Order: sequence, then C-alpha cells, then structure tokens
Amino acid sequence: MLSLIIWIPLVAGLIAAMAPQRFAAWIAGSGAVATLALVVVVLIGFDPGGGMQYVTDVTWIPGLGVDYNLGIDGLSIFLVLLTAVAWVPAIAFTASRGTERPGLYFLMLLAGETATLGAFLSQDLLLFVLFFDLMIVPFYFLFGIFGNDREGVTASSATLKMIVFTLIGSLLMLVGAIALAVISADGGALTFNMAELTARGLPSGSQNWIFWLFAAAFLVKMPAFPLHGWMPDAYRAAPLPALAVFSAVLSKVGAYGFLRVVLPMMPDATELFQTTMLILGLASIIYGSVMAFTKTDLRLILGFSSIAQLGFITAGIFALNTSGGEGALLQMINHGVIVVPAFLIVALIAERFGSEDIQGMGGLAKKAPVFAVVFLIVTMATLAIPGSPNFIGEFFIVNGLFQTNVAIAIIATSGMAFSAFYALRMYQRTMHNPLPDGADSREISVRDGLVIVPMVLITVVLAFCPQLIIHGSEPAVDTVVALSNVEAAK
Amino acid sequence: MTFDSPSIDYAALSPIIALTAGLVVLVLVAVFDSIKRFGSPIALLTLAVTAGCLIWQWDTNTDLVAGSLHFDGITVTLSLLCVVSAAVAVLLSIGDPAEKQTGRSDYLALLMGSVLGMVMLTQANNIITFFVALELLSIPLYALCATNLRKRDSLESGLKYLIIGSVGSATLLYGLALIYGTSGAMEFPQIAAGYLGDGTPDSINKLVGDPLTLVGIGMVTVGLAFKVSIAPFHQWTPDVYQGAPTPITAFMAVATKAAVFAIFIRFFLVALIGMVDGWDVMLAALAAFSMVVGNVGALAQTSLKRMLGYSGIAQAGYMLCGVIVATQDGISALVFYLAAYVAMNLAAFAVLVAHERRTGFSDDISSLRGLGRSKPLLAWPLTIAMLALAGLPPTAGFIGKLYLIEALVDADWTWLGVMIAIGTMISLVYYLRVVAAVWMSPEAEASPTDEIDTSGLPPAVAGGSAGDFTDGQAHRRWYLVLPAVIGAAATIFFGVVPQPLVEFAQQAGNALSAYIS
Repeated sequence: MLSLIIWIPLVAGLIAAMAPQRFAAWIAGSGAVATLALVVVVLIGFDPGGGMQYVTDVTWIPGLGVDYNLGIDGLSIFLVLLTAVAWVPAIAFTASRGTERPGLYFLMLLAGETATLGAFLSQDLLLFVLFFDLMIVPFYFLFGIFGNDREGVTASSATLKMIVFTLIGSLLMLVGAIALAVISADGGALTFNMAELTARGLPSGSQNWIFWLFAAAFLVKMPAFPLHGWMPDAYRAAPLPALAVFSAVLSKVGAYGFLRVVLPMMPDATELFQTTMLILGLASIIYGSVMAFTKTDLRLILGFSSIAQLGFITAGIFALNTSGGEGALLQMINHGVIVVPAFLIVALIAERFGSEDIQGMGGLAKKAPVFAVVFLIVTMATLAIPGSPNFIGEFFIVNGLFQTNVAIAIIATSGMAFSAFYALRMYQRTMHNPLPDGADSREISVRDGLVIVPMVLITVVLAFCPQLIIHGSEPAVDTVVALSNVEAAK
Repeated sequence: MTFDSPSIDYAALSPIIALTAGLVVLVLVAVFDSIKRFGSPIALLTLAVTAGCLIWQWDTNTDLVAGSLHFDGITVTLSLLCVVSAAVAVLLSIGDPAEKQTGRSDYLALLMGSVLGMVMLTQANNIITFFVALELLSIPLYALCATNLRKRDSLESGLKYLIIGSVGSATLLYGLALIYGTSGAMEFPQIAAGYLGDGTPDSINKLVGDPLTLVGIGMVTVGLAFKVSIAPFHQWTPDVYQGAPTPITAFMAVATKAAVFAIFIRFFLVALIGMVDGWDVMLAALAAFSMVVGNVGALAQTSLKRMLGYSGIAQAGYMLCGVIVATQDGISALVFYLAAYVAMNLAAFAVLVAHERRTGFSDDISSLRGLGRSKPLLAWPLTIAMLALAGLPPTAGFIGKLYLIEALVDADWTWLGVMIAIGTMISLVYYLRVVAAVWMSPEAEASPTDEIDTSGLPPAVAGGSAGDFTDGQAHRRWYLVLPAVIGAAATIFFGVVPQPLVEFAQQAGNALSAYIS
C-alpha cells in the first residue's frame, strides 16, 4: 500500500514523459490524484493509537544491513497527506498555464513527490537518507531548467548553490547515519531499522557529534538561520508552482527529521543541545521576520517568513514537551497548507502587474474583491490571527516553550508580532492603494479559483477543527517526546 | 626412471591463455591488409572468451605456476572489470582516428597486451610477476597514448606518460628490491611469514621496524601511486588524459585502476599485513590528500577530459580507503566502488567520444550546451554518469560511497569517511556544472549536427583538418551509444538493486579470509 503511494507518482511521471506531450499534464495530474486517493484510504483506516501501521519490511541490501522498510504513524500521516494534497494544485496550476517541455517538467515534479513521500514513510534510517538526498535532485532540474534568470544570478548558478548547500548537509547525515548504525551495533549485526536503532541506544559521547551531522542536514533543508544562504537566489529563480510544493513540503522534511530521528535516537545530545537549538530557532524567527519586512520581492517575503515559521517549529520541537511537539507538527501542516496558495497567488499577482516587486503594485482589491478575500485569508493565517489555524499552532508552541524556558517563550512571542507587520504590508501593498498604470486588475478566474480556493478552504477547516490533526498525531508525538525525556530523567 | 611433470592448472590459466592467443592472432592479422578490418571482432571475441573463462573459474582459489600467481575472487572480479572496460574501449575505438592511423590490428594488439598485463597483475603473487605484469600493462599504454599521430597533444601525452611511468616503475623496482632484502622472500605469503616469524612478539623479524623496510614500502607505494594517479604523484594525469585518444583515456582511467588496486590489495594485505600499523597512516594521508587535490583541481577545469582526470585522482583517493581499513569489508567496498566506477565512467567517456567525433574534437564543457534538448540519447547517460560520480542516489555511485564509508566507520576510520563526504561536496560543483551545461543552457550556436565548426579547434591539429575523422552521425552509431546507454542503465540498476553487485564484490573480499578479518 505505502509502496504504491510512493511509486505511483514516479510511474505517472515516466509515462507523462514518454507519452505525447499534450497528454503529459493529464497523466501527471491523474498520478497525483491517484496518490492522494490512496493516502485518503490509508487515513481512513488509520488508528491514531496504533503505532506503526501498514508496515512493509523487505530486505533490500543484506550485505549492508539496509532494508526497504516503510510504515506510517501519527508523526508522518498528516505530512504525507499534506504532500499528496499540495502536489495536486501545483500540477493543476502548471497545466493551466502550460510549460515548455511538459514531459520533463512533470517527470521531475512527480519524481520529487516520490522522493518526498519516501522520506516521510521510510522506517529504515538509510532509506530515509537516500530519499532525503533524492528529493533535491528533481528540484535541481526543475529550478535550473524551468527557472528564471535574475539580474546577476542565473537560474543554473542559483540552483547549483542550493543543491551544494543541501547535499553538504545530506552527506554529513549519511556519515552520521552509518556511524550511528555501526556504533549502536557494537560489533553485532548491522541494521538501519529505526525502531531497532532507537531500542539499542547510543553512547552519549557519540551522540554529541552525530547529533550535529544530522542537525546540519535538517537545518539546511528547512532552511534555518544561519544556514539559509541558498534560499534567496533559489527562491527567486524557481518556477512558482514547483516552488510552492518545495516550500510547503520539503522544508518540513527537515523538521520531521528532528522528530523522527534526532529526538528518539539521540536523547542525551538533544537534552544537551536543547538551549542551543532553541536559540537557533529564535534567531530564525527574528532574522526571518526582519528580512521579510525589509524585502519587496513577494517571493522573498514569503521565503523569509518561512524561515521565521520554521524557527517556530524548531523551537516547538526542542521545547521537548507534548505541547511544543504538537504545536510544531500542527504548524508544519498549517504552513504547508498556506504556502501553496500563497505562492500560486504570487504567480497570479505577477501576471497582473508583470513583476513580483510590491513597490509597483496596489489596488487589486477594487476590481477583484474575491481574489482579495482569498488573499486576505492567506494573509491572516500567516500572521496567526486568532481564529486561524496558525494561531492554534503557535499557541501550542509558545505554551510548550513557557514550560521549558520563559525567556525564550517571551522572545518567541514577539516573533508573532513581527509576522503581523510583514503579512499586512504585503497585503496592503498589493491589494490597497491606487492601481498603477498598465496593471491589469482582473478578477481571479474560475479556473485558478478551482486550484487555489480548495487549499484556502482546508486552512479554514483546520482553523475550526485542529483537533483532527491533534487527535491523530498526539500519541505518536507523546512517544517521541517521552523517548527524548526518558534518558534525561536517568 | 620416470619424471613427474609438474601439474599445470590449465583451467585457471585459461584467461591468460585466451588473451595471449587473441593477441598473437591480432598481430598476425595485422600483417595481411585484406583481413585487417576484422581486428575489432577478433578483439571482442578474445575478450568475450576471456570473460567466459573467468566466470567459469568463479570459485577457484589456487596457486598457479609454483605460487608466482594466485587465482582467487580478487582475480576474477577485477579481471572482469578490466575485460569489460577493454571491450568498451574496442567499441569506442571503431572509427577513431588513432585506430585508423596506426592500423586497426596493431592498435588492438597493443590494447590486448595491456589487458593481458592487467589480468596477470590481478593474480600476481610474487615480486617478479608483480613487476613484469605491471610493465606489460604499462608499456603498450605508453604507445597507445601516442597513437593519434597527427595530434601533437597525443604525442606529447605518450612521451610524458612514458617518462613519468618509467620513473614510477624504477622507484617501484627499487622498493621491491629492498623488501626482498629485508624479508628474504619473493612470494607474498613468504614475505609476510618472513616479517612475522612464528607470530610471537619476540619472533617478529627485527627488520620490520628497520628503515630499509620502511623505505622499501614507501617506494613501492610511490610507484603504485604513480600508476593509479594518487596525489601527489598525479601531475601527469590531466595532461595524459587530455592528450591521449579518448577511447584510450577511458580504458586507462578505468581498467588501470582496477588492475593496480588488485595489486594494492594483494601486496599490502597479504605481503605486508603484519605491518598494518606501519603503512596505514601513510596510505590514509595519501588518500586524504588525493581527495583534496583531485576535487579542488577539477573545479577549475574547462575541458571535460581534464576534469575527469582530476576527478579520477579524487576517486582513487576514495578507493584507497578500501585498502587502508584492512578488512574483508574494505576489499568488498573497494571492488564494489570500482565496478560502479567502471559503469559510470565508461558511460561518460562513451558520450564524450560520440560528442567529440560529432563536433570535431572539442571536449570543452561549454560545447555540451543544449545537448539535453538536441541529443537526449547522449545527454541522459552523461547526466546519470555525472550524478553517479557525484554520489547521488539512486545510483551505484551512492551505494558505493555508502559501502566505503560503512567499511571505514566499522574499522574506526571515521575521519576518512568524513573526508569522503567533504570531497564529495566539493565534487558536486564540477559534476553538476556539466549537468547544468547539458540541460540548463541555451544551445551552443547553430546545431553542428551536419556542419563541422572548426573555429574553436586548437591549432595543434597539425597536418590535416579534423574534418577527416569527424562523423556527423556519431550520436547514432550503435557502437558509441550502446556502451553509454548500458553503462548508465547499469549505474541506475545497481543503485536500485545493489545486492547482486554486493555479492560480486564479496567474492573478492572473501578471498583473503586467511589473512584479514
């Protein structure tokens, strides 16, 4: 079942690449929808308290102790759902606009989905690393081939920077994963099975350096301050639909990695570096917010606000209590759900003004009230206004932080205030003020509405029923948090 | 009075016999103009028979010719890799200027001679066969490098290789003499015994720590390092790679490494196994240095052949790690990596040959621009090869690095594992630059499919225009495209289903179970 979920996108992508180009979008779209349908089936049969489910465990490379081991639990199920959901509008949006060489485009986009789902579903550490590495490759091609050259930075150099940054992290993680397995095997049979590795435990001295090998990979991927150097150029180069899923989902794999790998397997190091990680999270919040406030390029505003959001998520994870963990997980979903329509809206706005710089914008709301409302919802969710799902997520996180460290909690709260600045500024500059000459203030078309509005509706639903996610993931988060605390209590 | 004639194990000698026979036939064929054109089929047949004999002897583990050769899993696996690369080199040579100018059969006979040296080297088990096989491998290569008679670079490359290679050989021979002097034995197992005594600390030969022994080991290492281009003995590599005819470069880059690493394994892990502590740090330093020099050097290259030369230096550093750990796992990892290296490098070189021949001998990276759009059959194999060399999943290159790092960490050489990771990071930049040129840049000028653009050619193409040997249809020639596609497909296949290749590699690792754990 889970194998089907992982491989259907890739197969659809391969067919799309080989089929006549005018069918490519349809084939790709049906692949993504089929994946989504399967994920929903899994979700329906999912038991929140049941631990690891739908397990597939096949020996893959016995010589190296690597298994093809998949499973889904409360930590991953909603992220898998998010992935499956996010890819549909991205493909639909691309299909409605058309693209050069659609076969190659959809092949890469769907290969990206396969790799991302694989990373969320792997229960073998090495398989996880492999999918984690693999994720970046299709996006390298997407950004590089289909991206835009900006002044001073070509798409290919921007993406080169991105892939080098991310793979530096990934390679260190590969060494870390091998070291973790070899050291915990302690001369016995080598295995990369995550549950087994957690059970075996690791001497705390080794944990301390292996922790950073993993943390580097995850922090680069998020990206977190100060490892975000690749982000601005790559975001500016990327084609928007691909960027939407990239920002929505791939960044979450980093945060997910902390929950899945670091906390359970390296509890001592987690405890030791808790404050460091909290401060890194805070730095991301503040840096991201301030940068988002100073940038005028819509993509960069969203990009830096993502850094801030992921700072929150990191802080929530390293609060090391249920409330923080819950909030982090909820916030991952929220951010993903909001960022997809946000980037697609950027694409629509850019079509209307011919640029993505908010300095030349304004006045869209006058003639396009529906569009404005859609955007307003997204904005409000970004600034975590009470009544939005982000409010609940951030509330949980801050609540968790207060139990851990009051000072950090207070500073983190100020980050919420910052987000109001940049989110409202973005909304105002685009929608209010006089309409500049030459801008085309069309209303959102039905076709685009069909792509974007469902995502916005999900946001609204989450705002009212966050317990859907909390209920489903709570047992799993509890387990992880408990694992990271058991050792500390000793 | 009866004589017991010494028993000769013809079965285990069969690969050598087959190769020698093929070599003789090729030399004879060269005499007759009318049948010269059958050179390539004869060479391929010879290689196929050799490969067949090797597979037939898969499980053999025995001493040959009074212990001067030893046939085991290392022989089988690494000889197979050499034979496969030779077969690809034969295919790539069809229609190559070098082959046309020298006379097809002469050229191929030289190539077979080199392969014969390699197959012998993988089973060399005493100092004499070691040296003889290494020279048999090298001398035809010196000549082959210079076979593109009209290209000044090619002649220069041959001469350079000859001089530097001879210095390497001389150093090696001197080192071997010192080893013989201190251990008192020729055969590798006897050398080990000579150094070890009966195993008790007191009985260990006092000469183990002797400066003479250490100098001997050092000189042997230097000699071998010249051959596999490990830094700082690598300076010849980029020049020779660039100047030599590309099919020969492909063969040198891949097969020489396989054969020389076989003797690395056998010499260090059999003969010198008692002194691991004496040489492992030295080799580790060389490996680390090689990774840095190769990867950093490759960054600045604009010629694809030079870049692959530098990348080969770095890769040799990675492979050397498999010897350093001195475990069976290490050998298996090394053999696995070599096999992956053969597949991905040959795919890259096959594309390069096709590209060069199509566009009139330009191996500049920028000349690859737009290839992804115009020639997908060349672009995809090249892309896969580059991603694999960079160690990205799902390719055999990734599994190979994984295997090596696992062996390193297992033997407490974690810092070398980290060095591999760091080297790989640097290498991403230059491998991906090729990918970017292929896919992410607009096509270079008008498509040179039928028309040859000679403006960018070096003036060194003396005595005739490059047009004599260009082939506008090169990207459709099966003998060029097939190796590229098969190499790329194998790279992906063994990245997804690595187990068969892991077992292949373990065949080599298990061969030394008597010496190492």
